Amino acid sequence: MAVIRDTMPAFELFQPTSVDEALGLLDRYGADAWPMAGGLDSFDWFKDRIRRPAAVVDLGGIEDLRGVRGMPDGGLEIGAMTTLTGVVTHADVISRYPLLAVGAEAAASPQIRNQGTLGGNLIQDTRCWYYRDGWTCYRAGGNICYADTPTAMNREHCIFGASRCVAVNPSDSAPALIALDAKMVIRNQDGERVVDAEDFWIGPSIDIRRMTVLEPGDLLVAVRLPAAWADARPYYEKIRDRGVWDFPLVNVASAMKVSGTTIEDIRIAVNAVAPYPVRLTAVENILRGAEISEETAERAGSLAVRGAQSLAHNAYKVPMMKNLVKRAIRGVEV
Amino acid sequence: MELFQWGTNPWGQEVAIRLSWDLLYVFATLGVVFVIGHMIFRKIYPERPEGEPTSEELKGLPERVTRHSLASRLFHWVMAASMLVLLFSAFLPIVGVQFNWLTWHWIAGIVLIISVLYHIVHAVFFQDLWSVWITPSDVKEGMQDLKHMMGSGPAPEKPGKYPFANKAYHAAVLVTTLAVIVTGILMLYRIQTPLVTRNPYLLSDQSWGVTYVLHGLAGVVMVFLVIAHIYFAVLPEKRWQTWSMIRGWISKKDYATYHDRRRWALRD
Repeated sequence: MAVIRDTMPAFELFQPTSVDEALGLLDRYGADAWPMAGGLDSFDWFKDRIRRPAAVVDLGGIEDLRGVRGMPDGGLEIGAMTTLTGVVTHADVISRYPLLAVGAEAAASPQIRNQGTLGGNLIQDTRCWYYRDGWTCYRAGGNICYADTPTAMNREHCIFGASRCVAVNPSDSAPALIALDAKMVIRNQDGERVVDAEDFWIGPSIDIRRMTVLEPGDLLVAVRLPAAWADARPYYEKIRDRGVWDFPLVNVASAMKVSGTTIEDIRIAVNAVAPYPVRLTAVENILRGAEISEETAERAGSLAVRGAQSLAHNAYKVPMMKNLVKRAIRGVEV
Repeated sequence: MELFQWGTNPWGQEVAIRLSWDLLYVFATLGVVFVIGHMIFRKIYPERPEGEPTSEELKGLPERVTRHSLASRLFHWVMAASMLVLLFSAFLPIVGVQFNWLTWHWIAGIVLIISVLYHIVHAVFFQDLWSVWITPSDVKEGMQDLKHMMGSGPAPEKPGKYPFANKAYHAAVLVTTLAVIVTGILMLYRIQTPLVTRNPYLLSDQSWGVTYVLHGLAGVVMVFLVIAHIYFAVLPEKRWQTWSMIRGWISKKDYATYHDRRRWALRD
């Protein structure tokens, strides 16, 4: 069980100033390396003495990983180390991708957004307290899910995608990026690869120890927002226990291309309902060509929650998710 | 190298979680070493060809002697397929190939359970159950055969339907398969399936640990057994047996060459 102490376990601290230098360090230390962005998730793990990396690679000194740049296709590229405040306050993000601006602003508190980065928000680990407290659960390499027992505290856990582990992905910006068809730029010593946002997060059925496709040696360097979904009608909503600062109970993000009252195209995603952000492709399919109406919203909401399996204490998430999807279709602009 | 992986339960007790996957590599290596060792053995002590059967020995025999009925062959291949899916779905993720393995694994496990139940009923009520069972005399003949191969003794009597090696392999697979099935059924209670209601409190932490260790141990032993089985199946001198598991029959020459008709009497 986790014991919070004043001091962290010893590790080698590296502060590279270039991506290549960082990749060299990540390659050298492999699974024993811990790439650190804003440090908000990292220091929890270190101080609880649950994660004991041999080397911490502080990415804060790599200028190339910061900033918002224009892309040749008219889209934007956001460095993974750009702070959430930097994303939220950037003029191009606000004007062309307000969905991301609102999603990123929904995360945490102003102080945390000043320190926390977009990359860190995207790859943060799950907040399941059994896991975070250091129990030897499935995700921690054990053979049990403490959150999925008859007496477990699982109010915040998943209603979709459980495979032994029932934890959820807590990112607020992740569903916005899926809705915007973002591309995740990943680098390692062998080169660069670009992964669709919807494929970036993986569930426990694929690998119960990881939340994303990132493997030891990989570094998320940037997020690309294609021009195709810029200026699409956005909708973002997050439900949380405390309005001032909390992880989502459910959040929804949609980007909709509308002609009159007809939905020409739509991408919609929810988070905090599964171990990974969920793109609702079945919902999208019935919405293309549909009229925006209460009936359409009802159909979309009902379809969105089909197959949901609640745990002992999180059945409320089913109507909550349904209603958020309905509200996204009704389309109160953010 | 560790034998087990350990964890801490909510009461602070150290409990075994599962077998250490180092043993996967150990048993896979053992399988490869066994194959290489056997190849070297055959090089040093080449197979002594059995004498050609005389026309008297062939007299009255049908051209094709049924060795495995269609029902037996179906069982064998269904079991083989399910076992391969089980092994690949269990061990590919451990060696780094990530995919949705658990669904494949439990479905293949159910197929294995059904096929084994079918085999038990078939063997008990429709086959000569004892023809594949090992007796003390089988062991004695097995040792005699080994000595004979090494040139230090007379050849043992020809076997009945199954030679000692077949019987020994069957016994090893029987124990291993029953172990994975019993532990696998218990482990179904730890995951979400449409089959049983999940109940992680079915056993104590320690008992779950033993269950996972036994399941893993049976799995890695099965890796060794499968490597050995496939090796023998493709050996030229054993292919008549392999073909019989595909076609169902052996030639009367193979029957007369490799089997004792008194110990494996043909029925009509």
